[in-house]
Amino acid sequence: MNGFSYVRAEDVTTAVRRIAEKSGAKAVAGGTNLIDLIKCDVERPQRLVDINHMNHMPCGSITVCDGGGLRLGALATNAEVARDEQVRARYPLLSEAILAGASPQIRNMATVGGNLLQRTRCPYFYDTATPCNKRTPETGCSALDGFNRNHAILGASEHCIATHPSDMCVALAALEAEVCVSGPVADRTIAFGDFHRLPEDLPHLDSNLESDEIITAVELPAKGFAEHYAYLKVRERTSFAFALVSVAVGLEMQGDAIAEARLALGGVAHKPWRNRRAETLLEGRQASRENFQQAAEAMLYGAQGYGQNDFKIPLAKRAIVRALTQAAAGVQRQ
Amino acid sequence: MTTAYIGKSTSRVDGRAKVTGEARYAGEYEAPGLVFGHVVSSAAAKGRIRGIDADEALRLPGVLHVFTHENVPPAPAAEDSFQDDVAPPGSPFRPLQSDKILFSMQPIALVVAETPELARHAASLVRVAYDREPHVTELKAELSRAYKPKPREAIPPPPPPRGRPEQAFAQSELQVDAEFFMPAEHHNPMEPFAATAVWEDGRLVVYDKTQGVQNVHGYLSGALGCSPDELVVRSRFVGGAFGSGLRPQYQVYLAALAARQLQRSVRVSLTRQQMFSFGHRPATWQRVRLGAAADGRLQAVLHEAIAETSRFEDYSESLVDWSGLLYHCPNVALSHKVAQLDVYTPIDMRAPGAVWGVYALECAMDELAEQAKLDPIELRLGNYAERDQNQDRPFSSKELKACYRQAAEKFGWERRNPQPRSMRKGDLLVGWGMAGGVWEAQQRPATARAVLSADGRLEVSSATEDIGTGTYTIMTQIAAETLGLPIEQVRFQLGDSSLGKAPVEGGSFTASSVGSAVRAACLELQEKLLGYAAAIPGSPLAGADPADMLFADGAIRLRNAPESSVSFAEAMQHANIDVVETTTPAKPDQSRQQYSCYAHSAVLAEVLVDEDFGTVRVNRVASAVAGGRIINPKTARSQIMGGIVWGIGMALEEESVLDHAFGRFINHDLAKYHVPVNADVNEIDVMFVEERDEIVNPLGAKGLGEIGIVGVAAAIANAVYHATGQRFRDLPLTPARLLS
Repeated sequence: MNGFSYVRAEDVTTAVRRIAEKSGAKAVAGGTNLIDLIKCDVERPQRLVDINHMNHMPCGSITVCDGGGLRLGALATNAEVARDEQVRARYPLLSEAILAGASPQIRNMATVGGNLLQRTRCPYFYDTATPCNKRTPETGCSALDGFNRNHAILGASEHCIATHPSDMCVALAALEAEVCVSGPVADRTIAFGDFHRLPEDLPHLDSNLESDEIITAVELPAKGFAEHYAYLKVRERTSFAFALVSVAVGLEMQGDAIAEARLALGGVAHKPWRNRRAETLLEGRQASRENFQQAAEAMLYGAQGYGQNDFKIPLAKRAIVRALTQAAAGVQRQ
Repeated sequence: MTTAYIGKSTSRVDGRAKVTGEARYAGEYEAPGLVFGHVVSSAAAKGRIRGIDADEALRLPGVLHVFTHENVPPAPAAEDSFQDDVAPPGSPFRPLQSDKILFSMQPIALVVAETPELARHAASLVRVAYDREPHVTELKAELSRAYKPKPREAIPPPPPPRGRPEQAFAQSELQVDAEFFMPAEHHNPMEPFAATAVWEDGRLVVYDKTQGVQNVHGYLSGALGCSPDELVVRSRFVGGAFGSGLRPQYQVYLAALAARQLQRSVRVSLTRQQMFSFGHRPATWQRVRLGAAADGRLQAVLHEAIAETSRFEDYSESLVDWSGLLYHCPNVALSHKVAQLDVYTPIDMRAPGAVWGVYALECAMDELAEQAKLDPIELRLGNYAERDQNQDRPFSSKELKACYRQAAEKFGWERRNPQPRSMRKGDLLVGWGMAGGVWEAQQRPATARAVLSADGRLEVSSATEDIGTGTYTIMTQIAAETLGLPIEQVRFQLGDSSLGKAPVEGGSFTASSVGSAVRAACLELQEKLLGYAAAIPGSPLAGADPADMLFADGAIRLRNAPESSVSFAEAMQHANIDVVETTTPAKPDQSRQQYSCYAHSAVLAEVLVDEDFGTVRVNRVASAVAGGRIINPKTARSQIMGGIVWGIGMALEEESVLDHAFGRFINHDLAKYHVPVNADVNEIDVMFVEERDEIVNPLGAKGLGEIGIVGVAAAIANAVYHATGQRFRDLPLTPARLLS
């Protein structure tokens, strides 16, 4: 733990300025991940900018957007989003994904923005006695030949095989949400698929958010796949465990045929994993086991295990097939 | 026998204090001028400290001192100065006494500052240079170097072989030959280790998280080289320990050392990560061979085990003895060895030895049942041991048959289809498995003090602990029952090294040992009160036989004429005394030596397996326990339930992962080291089987701390086999293992 200063920002402009004006400044909202990381000496912020009091704009609320979608304020808690009536009615996939993560206590504190920016739970990232390229660039990746049972099988690099730990983000990736951010110069919107990064040779960067930008909201498009969806999470215990593999599915059905498909995986890569090719394999085709299996194969195309996590490849395929089956049947529709 | 309190469900007498936050734990004591220590842990697993640069830390205002091996006063040189009552043979670790690194996360410096945050920050600024040496932490690679450990006190080596085991095995019609590998595990009590050393009137009062205040007291006076009178050790409440607090941990030494050096009151709390820096359940390799006749009758049992120990102490536990005890068998060979690794010395953890040893035996028995085409319970009944063949003695009592029967009835075992993969629930495979459990019922010498005031209040005390087990409550029950007082008038005190001598709180022997002392002290009070009562002029009790007396409701009565009574208050008033007191020891009766005393259990489990995902859900567990007399069914049930929940974790989740490249436990927090969550725990049935035992101790109680966990993991693993038709012998049964 290092010494840091603490300032409170009452609005977005102030928050951005307070972050931009001091190197090593970080925004803190729920603090459910950042505080842990500070205690472990992984994050060593010079300044914490408390953004919990940004009441200037609706950062904490859930509102209908112009296009008919839903805008989730960055400070809305995970619990508020999961329990929101509109979210439950129109985006049950998102609600279920959120409720599959963490614990009630954590969901009460954790925010929308913080969920996107939470860091990997790779044990080497958390232990400063071990090398980690994500924590300290160019020191090496200890997980490559180490305890990698829960590590990435897709999109990893020789520099980092960490996974993104979120459940919520897997649903947001499938729903093709957009991330609204504010910076010192301008506001901008980032497509969800472009928000998180693959590790490549810069694994210390989790996302494409600039260090002086903050997330103000996440916008959901109008289409919520509320009729045919599934969030399926396989983990090592029934609750309070990160996904070995999770699958978010949204389908638009026309009779027995799939008109539109969305498929995203969690627990398998440095970001929620999408593969448009797998989705197109489903579109315009019957909801059948064979077609689901083909999609699963396509989704796992290029997958690579690192020893202890080899089992995730067949596991992910089976999870995809089951999630697609559930979504097509509409079994989760109440 | 009629009873007012013993055998009655009684809520914890300390429950209110705990739920209201009134109960203070070791890291919660305040003192004027209290300062805070944060431990710096070694990043290296083996080697030497080349240098420690604490300048940056010391420059921070409010940082008082950084203790390292370079500046601490030398500890007493005597080999045994860091010994403690529970230490296995060897040379105990001496914190900050040398530049040598013996294990990863070894404490190598203590930063003391005005606030805990500052101490933690300053600790992150301490720079350490190491001369690293190659370390070895992989047990599987060291099996060939295993040797017989020097025996630990009270844990004898396995008995010598009986019969001709190898030959009998070779000639057996049915043979099971199975290997098992168990990972290291850490206790992970909710309350991390902490100690607050407070100066009070020139004496150092050390509040510690421990299972033995007197053990810590003896250790500290040895390690600090001070007179025992200069120290008091207290531990009034403990937030779980499970064996990790049996030996003094380094935070208490560092807190006391710093307090003496700085002449300040000092608190040292460990982080959750540092909870992985000391004793743990050892990683263990086992091989069990069972030979049997075609009808399942055992002809040979051969059980070998190799467990890890440190380079500096020979830790051992009763791993294999159970295999010569639980079933009748003429030819038995038991072997227990240890292999040295560059880790901290393992330490007892709930049912040490028995959980792994009985796991291997009971899984092998399941394999034998299948070969013999016998129901697993039938196989066990057919090999039932009526006598302890290890020691060639009768059992003081053994109601294991009743355990099998009652658990099976409750569970509906007769509906089990023996065929693996034959039972289903929707798309899930259903498995039913069972195992037996056993744990020794020890009694150790203990002393209790009892003080009765004229106003009818009784205060009883002994230097034992309540680590969440219910000691406060059952000792209060025993005292109230024995002396014949309403329970509200009785208070039991523990957790202070100046109280009557008591063993460490562990091994399931507290109810037996301290309970017997409490009873003995109250009986002694009875005698004194009777003397006073009989001496009253015209006393209705004069000349009456003590055996005809009844002590109830604060009075002594004639059993045959209860209206003839003298109240305790009257007796004391006439004797002109304000208090009656006694300090009374209790020790095991000689008659115990002719018997073997054990608690037993039968555990039945139902699992649901999702074969696609390799996930296992424990749907139901039924456990029937023969533990002698149950003093408090309510806390007893909690003990057994806790053991079962832990057994679920052991079977499916728990594993301290050693990264051998770093020689370091790498999943060192509760997000990565998985224990069961509420959602993992479903239906649990706990039954106590009627068992009378007049040998084990005067209370007839065998102790329940360990027996609840023994056999649970085996029952679950056997159920997973029944569900899937696949034997996964190594634990834990994670999706990774089931899918591999």
